[in-house]
Amino acid sequence: MQLFHNITVNHYLVLSSVLFGLGAFGVLFRRNAIIMFMCIELMLNAVNLTLVAFSKMWNHTDGQVFVFFIMVVAAAEVAVGLAILMMLYRNLHTTDTTVLNKLKF
Amino acid sequence: MEKLVTLVPLFPLAGFLYITFFGKGFSKGFIGTLASSTILLSFIVSVLVFTTQMHGAHPAIVKVFDWITAGSFDIDFSFLVDPLSTIYLLFITGVGFLIHVYSTGYMHDDEGFNRFMAYLNLFVFFMLILVLGDSYVTMFVGWEGVGVCSFMLIGFWYKDMKNNDAAKKAFIVNRIGDLGLIIGMCLLFAYTGTLKFDDLFIGGSDASGIPGGVGTAIGISLFIGAMGKSAQIPLHTWLPDAMAGPTPVSALIHAATMVTAGIYMVARSSELYAYNEIASSVIVWAGILTSLLGATIALTQNDIKKVLAYSTVSQLGLMFVALGMGAYSTAVFHVITHAFFKALLFLGSGSVIHGMSGEQDIRRMGGLKKFMPVTHLTFLIGTIAISGVFPFAGFFSKDQIVAVAFEENKIVFILSLLVSACTAFYMFRLYFLTFHGKFRGTHDQEHHLHESPKSMTVPLMILAVLSVVGGFIGLPHAVGEQMGMHWHWLDHFLEDAVVMPSIHMSLSTEVLLMVIATIVALGSIAYAWTIYKKRGVLADEDKDMESSAQKLLYNKYWIDEIYDALIRKPVDRISHFLGKFIEPKIIDGIVEGTGSLTKNTGGIFRMLQSGSLSLYIFVFIIGLIAILLSL
Repeated sequence: MQLFHNITVNHYLVLSSVLFGLGAFGVLFRRNAIIMFMCIELMLNAVNLTLVAFSKMWNHTDGQVFVFFIMVVAAAEVAVGLAILMMLYRNLHTTDTTVLNKLKF
Repeated sequence: MEKLVTLVPLFPLAGFLYITFFGKGFSKGFIGTLASSTILLSFIVSVLVFTTQMHGAHPAIVKVFDWITAGSFDIDFSFLVDPLSTIYLLFITGVGFLIHVYSTGYMHDDEGFNRFMAYLNLFVFFMLILVLGDSYVTMFVGWEGVGVCSFMLIGFWYKDMKNNDAAKKAFIVNRIGDLGLIIGMCLLFAYTGTLKFDDLFIGGSDASGIPGGVGTAIGISLFIGAMGKSAQIPLHTWLPDAMAGPTPVSALIHAATMVTAGIYMVARSSELYAYNEIASSVIVWAGILTSLLGATIALTQNDIKKVLAYSTVSQLGLMFVALGMGAYSTAVFHVITHAFFKALLFLGSGSVIHGMSGEQDIRRMGGLKKFMPVTHLTFLIGTIAISGVFPFAGFFSKDQIVAVAFEENKIVFILSLLVSACTAFYMFRLYFLTFHGKFRGTHDQEHHLHESPKSMTVPLMILAVLSVVGGFIGLPHAVGEQMGMHWHWLDHFLEDAVVMPSIHMSLSTEVLLMVIATIVALGSIAYAWTIYKKRGVLADEDKDMESSAQKLLYNKYWIDEIYDALIRKPVDRISHFLGKFIEPKIIDGIVEGTGSLTKNTGGIFRMLQSGSLSLYIFVFIIGLIAILLSL
């Protein structure tokens, strides 16, 4: 228990920003749509982490409620996104975003 | 009792709606009876209302519904029942009914029979609104309504382009007049704050507060409206062309009722004109010039309906002469007698055209007397009535106008006698060429010649009787006293509704004028008789001895051609210029320029849409960071 007492909100924030940064870099530099998708999830969860951390710090449940909302929206987004990806793969046999550039104009 | 007046326009409206929406599939007999009986019902109610007015009931306003309320501008849709409107009701519905009955015979073989009867009913409805309206605004509704019906009925046989042109001409020329009417109404409202007749004239007499110059402007503007509707110089050109419509239409709309709306309006505004010298003299001179123009043109025309049309123009001119000289009731008197004999003449000419299988040229008629005895006799009565022979209807009303002119202005007096002489001459020329001499048409036509059916001849006979006795409603003093009848009955009846002239001439002058008028009429008739009956000159031979004056008259003073050159051609040229240069070069240039500008800028900016997802996200994140930093 002693160990956890030393962990302050700052630790959580650092972890969260590291996770967010990883996610952002993943979205920017990976070409596989599924990986990009997972990175977006990572960013969302990094934000969730900060919300929970602050919620604990202020002893206030609003932040945690908010997290539930984000998780619900993320789940819906995943369902839609994965469906799109699956259809893409079925038709084009690839999830490489550099190939998926035909809907320009 | 006055409340009943609401029913008068309601019957024809119901007839119109019924025939339009449910008329399909019914027999022509049913539709004709329905249309005629609505007018008959209106006539019966009109008689009831008229009787109360005759027995001295006060003028009443019957409100139908609230119409326009905007600030201080408050107009109810209501009807004014007074001597002037009831006497109009009476002859509109009376003559209207006869013409409806006549139409059932005349139009019987026409495929558009239902449409025709529906339009006629609608016309009568609007005409009744026109004379019943208690304000200029309500009157204007009827005024425009009859204009529309006139348009639809002139162009009734729309498959012939000529008829459509005539309809458009009537409509457009009337628009010019209507603009004058609207300006007059606006001025009137600006200076008095009301457009109701009883506020302006009858009880309140707000009109007396208008300054003189404005009064003149209002008077002339309103008169321009009357010019359009009643075909006065320079807006008279549409009426002769309007003869393109079926003959019952010419009789009802373009002779008996609609064209007298202008006279009604000026008589209704009599308090405005009575104290305005300038506006009144404008009316007198426009009237007498129109009258002369119409009468002289009619001398040389060869189309039976054109002669009658120019005759109508001429008679309307005489009515305006009476109005301008302050004899408002005399003008109304002539409106009524004219409605009788001109409707009779038009219907008679329709009967002739019907018998001649559509032929309208009097050069190909002649000798119809023995083929169409009833038409011949009634037409003769109408001809005598319009020529002003004692004691037919036209004599008394025309004589009253001439007498007023004698008192007011000797030049107009002489000119009006000249008009009378021309009228008698051209009418008898028409009569002799149509009914006397040898038949000059084709064999087919001669074989087909027949007297018209009962439905056409009975209205002719009734109108003939009215053309004989119609003048007794306004007997002059001298005659009335001799015959032991009321004299100037109409003047007394209209006393409360219009301003009365203060003309009192001695009995001897009155008699002398009547003698002069009779001599003029009989002289002209005798002259026409010697030329066209005794010497047997035909219209064709007229053309051989054509002088430049005759040419001028035959071509109607070239007024249509002058308008063509002065107005239509320049408008055409400007339109051509606009169409060939402004439209394709400038307007299209602007419109298409806007299009291509958007397209080209779009072409540049769409390069940004590269399709590379990571680039989009990169730019997105850069932008996000930039926004966060700037905060």
